[in-house]
Amino acid sequence: MSGGRFHASATTPTRRHQIPEFFTAVAVWMAAGLVVATLAWILIDIAVRGISQLSPSFLIEGVEDAGRAGGIGPVLFSTMLILMVTLALAIPLSLATAIALTERVDQDSRFARNVRRCLDVLAGVPSIVFGLFGNAFFAIMLGLGYSILTGGLTLACMVLPILIRTSEQAIVAVPNEYRYAAAALGLGRSATLFRVVLPAAAPALMAGVVLSIGRALAETAALIFTAGYVARRPESLLDSGRSLSVHIYDMAMNVPGGGSRAYATACVLVALLLAINATTTLLLHAAGLQGRSVGGKG
Amino acid sequence: MISTQKLSISYHGRTVLRNASLVAEPGKVLALVGPSGCGKSSFLCALNRMTDLLPGARVSGQITFDGQGIEEAFASPVELRRNVGMIFQKPNPFAMSIRRNIELAVREHGRHSRSDRQRIIESVLRDVGLWDEVHDRLDHSALELSGGQQQRLCIARALALKPQVLLMDEPCSALDPIAADRVEQLIRSMRGQYTIIIVTHNLAQARRLADHMAVFWICEGVGEIIEYGETESLFRSSANPLVTSYLSGRSG
Ligand SMILES: Nc1ncnc2c1ncn2[C@@H]1O[C@H](COP(=O)(O)OP(=O)(O)OP(=O)(O)O)[C@@H](O)[C@H]1O
Ligand SMILES: [Mg+2]
Repeated sequence: MSGGRFHASATTPTRRHQIPEFFTAVAVWMAAGLVVATLAWILIDIAVRGISQLSPSFLIEGVEDAGRAGGIGPVLFSTMLILMVTLALAIPLSLATAIALTERVDQDSRFARNVRRCLDVLAGVPSIVFGLFGNAFFAIMLGLGYSILTGGLTLACMVLPILIRTSEQAIVAVPNEYRYAAAALGLGRSATLFRVVLPAAAPALMAGVVLSIGRALAETAALIFTAGYVARRPESLLDSGRSLSVHIYDMAMNVPGGGSRAYATACVLVALLLAINATTTLLLHAAGLQGRSVGGKG
Repeated sequence: MISTQKLSISYHGRTVLRNASLVAEPGKVLALVGPSGCGKSSFLCALNRMTDLLPGARVSGQITFDGQGIEEAFASPVELRRNVGMIFQKPNPFAMSIRRNIELAVREHGRHSRSDRQRIIESVLRDVGLWDEVHDRLDHSALELSGGQQQRLCIARALALKPQVLLMDEPCSALDPIAADRVEQLIRSMRGQYTIIIVTHNLAQARRLADHMAVFWICEGVGEIIEYGETESLFRSSANPLVTSYLSGRSG
């Protein structure tokens, strides 16, 4: 019987058994090593090519000679503005939707399932399509033109599916014991939500926000048709502005001799992402919201 | 005084407890014992309407509080739960500081000055014998406490609302014997001040703690209360042979 043989080989490991084990281990480690190495290589490559151009003035000065000279001051400024518009819309909207999907309607109701299906479809839509939509809707129909506002709103639509999904998972992951404990203490539904569930979900919620910021900062295609690529410092949210990613794209593709400047800008972008990541970790740590284990220590 | 008349509980149409009638006298300890799955926890949850939170749960029958139906006695489930505290089997402090764990519900239920709150925190922590252990680290996370300390914190948190009734679902079963003993002593010290209803699988503990006892049993797949009376007299003799053999440790 095959069952018996299997048992025998499981209890007395043979050489023949160990060899595939060994290869599996090697393959797994090599795959993991490859991923780390690729990442390291990209980072080092960007740093090596860009770092010579980096200086404090590069971060402040205006874009000159199509970017071959000067710095990226206005670009950084536009990026921050676009990001702020995006988050100002996306965070409240996605948090409200996630709360509705988890705490208000039945998890498995048709409504909830349909909303989730829509979100999954939206999450798979290429960003260039969001760009076209943003251009047609925000820029032309609502008359916002090529502007920071149009760009930010378009990016908000783009990150909404991920942000809602991550927020939803963050809230669902809060153990039900917390909800029961809160209810047993006479906390109503909203008090339970705001005082107990959301604080407990905060680290995971923040992780979703960081992820979305990453997506928004990296976006180029959706911004070209919406925020535009004017490299001047925007005077208001209705001015066009160029984001870091669009600047990188433009320098690398359209400006002969812009390569090293593109790399320098990429350095700034990566540093910005790392800084945002580190700050949120620090903030959460400071707020004492790291662990969520329920069990006692002894 | 809290009492039930013909209380039945079902989940998704499946009845798990039927016709449960009993009385918990003020200031006394009532123990609920019986084999697993006979609906003791469900019964407890019905008393403070935690069953509202459980999907598919339905409760029928009467629960009265000092002679009034609970719907009349309390304006809302929130109001009810403020007067009927609950302690769970697994200690479940929030992942917040010790201070915040106690303050949270107190703040929600009325205006207290900072010093009032501090006084409440100190007094309930003293009540559960935790003050000396934690007074210098009130702002540390409650999750740093041991399991037994966490459970006593949960009791303190419930006491801070000045409830009249405390429901305890196997409050000692997740604790080591020494921590369990401390919690048991605590329950004994609370006798007289609160009406306590405690579910326990530990018959010796029920005998040590409880003035009255209700024995739950599964009859034809549905939980029922098959015996109710004074603890000592039930242990000495019961008309029901099932109860006699269960209480003497021969079955269940
Ligand atoms: N939330 C729920 N949804 C559906 N069925 C439930 C739920 N909670 C309990 N039940 C069922 O109700 C019955 C009684 O459960 P309950 O937890 O009240 O028993 P118990 O006497 O507390 O058992 P134990 O001593 O093991 O804690 C069981 O058959 C259980 O499967
Ligand atoms: Mg139980």
